[in-house]
Amino acid sequence: MTIPVELVNGPGRKNKKEFTFSEEHAPEDFHDHLWELEAAGELVVQRVPEPYLEVPVKYGRTKKVPIGQTWHHKSCGQCGHIPGYSTSIFWVNRKLGIEYNDPTDQTSCTAWNYYASATSNQAAQACVAMRNFAAAYESDHFPIIHCGTSFGHYKEVRHEILTNAKLRAEVREILASMGKPLVMPEEMIHYSEWFHAMRHDIAKHQVLDFSKIAVTVHPACHYYKLVEGDAIYDPEVYGGQRTAIVTGLATALGAEVRDYSTWFDCCGFGFRHILVQRDFSRSFATQRKIKRMKEEADPDVTLTHDTGCVTTLDKSQFAAKAQDKDFATIPVLSEAQFAALAMGAHPFLVCQLHWHAADYKPLLEKMGIDHEKAWAEFEEQCGRLERNEAKYLTWEDVDSAPVEAAR
Amino acid sequence: MTGIGAAFKLEPKYPEVPYEEKARLFAEIKADARYDDYLYGCYECGICVAACPSARYYDFSPRRIAQAAAREDVELIFEQIQEDIWDCSQCFSCLRCPRGNNPGGIITIMREVAVNNGLDSAREALKGYTRIIYKIMSTGTQVSPDMLQADAFPDWGPTVAATSENLELWRRALPPDTHHTTKTGWQISTKTLVELYLIWHKTGALDLISELDEGLHSLLEEVMEDLLEEEGYEL
Ligand code: SF4
Ligand code: SF4
Repeated sequence: MTIPVELVNGPGRKNKKEFTFSEEHAPEDFHDHLWELEAAGELVVQRVPEPYLEVPVKYGRTKKVPIGQTWHHKSCGQCGHIPGYSTSIFWVNRKLGIEYNDPTDQTSCTAWNYYASATSNQAAQACVAMRNFAAAYESDHFPIIHCGTSFGHYKEVRHEILTNAKLRAEVREILASMGKPLVMPEEMIHYSEWFHAMRHDIAKHQVLDFSKIAVTVHPACHYYKLVEGDAIYDPEVYGGQRTAIVTGLATALGAEVRDYSTWFDCCGFGFRHILVQRDFSRSFATQRKIKRMKEEADPDVTLTHDTGCVTTLDKSQFAAKAQDKDFATIPVLSEAQFAALAMGAHPFLVCQLHWHAADYKPLLEKMGIDHEKAWAEFEEQCGRLERNEAKYLTWEDVDSAPVEAAR
Repeated sequence: MTGIGAAFKLEPKYPEVPYEEKARLFAEIKADARYDDYLYGCYECGICVAACPSARYYDFSPRRIAQAAAREDVELIFEQIQEDIWDCSQCFSCLRCPRGNNPGGIITIMREVAVNNGLDSAREALKGYTRIIYKIMSTGTQVSPDMLQADAFPDWGPTVAATSENLELWRRALPPDTHHTTKTGWQISTKTLVELYLIWHKTGALDLISELDEGLHSLLEEVMEDLLEEEGYEL
């Protein structure tokens, strides 16, 4: 479905110059450099495995998104504090019958720490990235990156590796000491790009009607502001004036996307602020984002596609509500959880909504999900673990849980 | 200096630090390979300020950062290292700059120099943060489920307490095999951790922690050397 640019027709819009897709102002295509270095034997380029889908990125270029054979580069904050995020990504892959690898041979990109404390350096950051890429290559799976900051940081590392021969040599030598080659993936893929590319397939598997669900979208800064040429911009979504990420999926699922004026603002995460100076994060998230969304768009849920954004927007609302009882909260989900719910995923066994802070129950009710019944099902499954009938819940347990009854 | 003259020539704010030392720090910033890519002069248009979240809540401005660097104002740059750089959210909204500057990126480099040289601003800004550095460098994941403690996140509401009370059980209830951990975000193989430790050693990232916090450095060094020795690596 086309989303016309008029949808984002704010008061000042008329005077704004529209961005046109053209090569004229386009930055250099990194691929040119990549192929040159490959031809010179400087590095190995890992090709996007077939079959893949092509999606439009800024400046009218396209990007190949692999469907399967993917190596899931997980996110610290997602796995640690919002585990329904990564679980939903995997669940949607499984539901679509797609083969993937969830590796233990993966470290964090360590960029959260780097942007928070600067206790690292360019070479260390590049080595961490390239070690992970080499591990993906060795497993014959293509990296797909869960965290927006990892994705943005890796795009920067790619630029540095391709343009800085000294850095390249240093990293190559360190990797060689571990028996690893210097490998650069042909494309840097964020998981949300996979969801965007697969949105019509996902919609085909939809079992809940989302036509009454209104959403706002927060695009993650590190996804589209860092190395801006490499992010999805689709002429069919906002006339290509904004990144199509998340919005494209939400509309494919039939939800109504509503605009708000501070869409370009960050969430307030701040990297170090969210950990040691949260008064800033809380104020920014609630005053500049949640409050504006509520006043201007009154959504049922706000969707985003990054670890830090889900964390900050979700967790900051409790204190705002405690301070002002009239503060109206908005549930916060990743679009992966939203898509999983649309496809019939269990809200607790799969989407793990009990790890979220802002009240999501009215949203589930509007989606037609009986959350009390669903919680009882979750507790029943946990009871099996407590009675030592099983050590862990498995995908089979989750698939066999009576999700139907929860609706 | 008093009176009208003061408006034209400001005294250095940190007179106790010699100019040569401030110039040395600026030279270190400029020597970073990324610096030339991050600064192309400045129009003083303020577009970066309009986009900047930190400028809304702090006495902070990415325009001032870009301008001080473009003018090579050594005194002001030192002042910014001591007072401003840790306010930045590292969101990179300032990449909207029509001149192609990256004020957030300049700040990343300034922070690195502050850490490398053990400056007061870095020590102050990272107080209370060292346990996170320990976590990321020693385990390979930045945050872990067991960090969710009600007393650490009182402002996040009752979900945090519920999570920490049920942590072990709720982690076992997660279907991905890699997610049953409580001390790391996901399960990381020993071989992977060894490779990460080698990276910290070989790139000097571990050494720079000693400038910041000697205790933390010793702790990390010990943990890393133990595992590396166990796995047959000699440093
Ligand atoms: S990166 Fe820093 S200076 Fe740039 S917009 Fe974000 S907070 Fe402001
Ligand atoms: S947007 Fe760029 S040119 Fe304008 S004030 Fe900021 S740094 Fe200077």
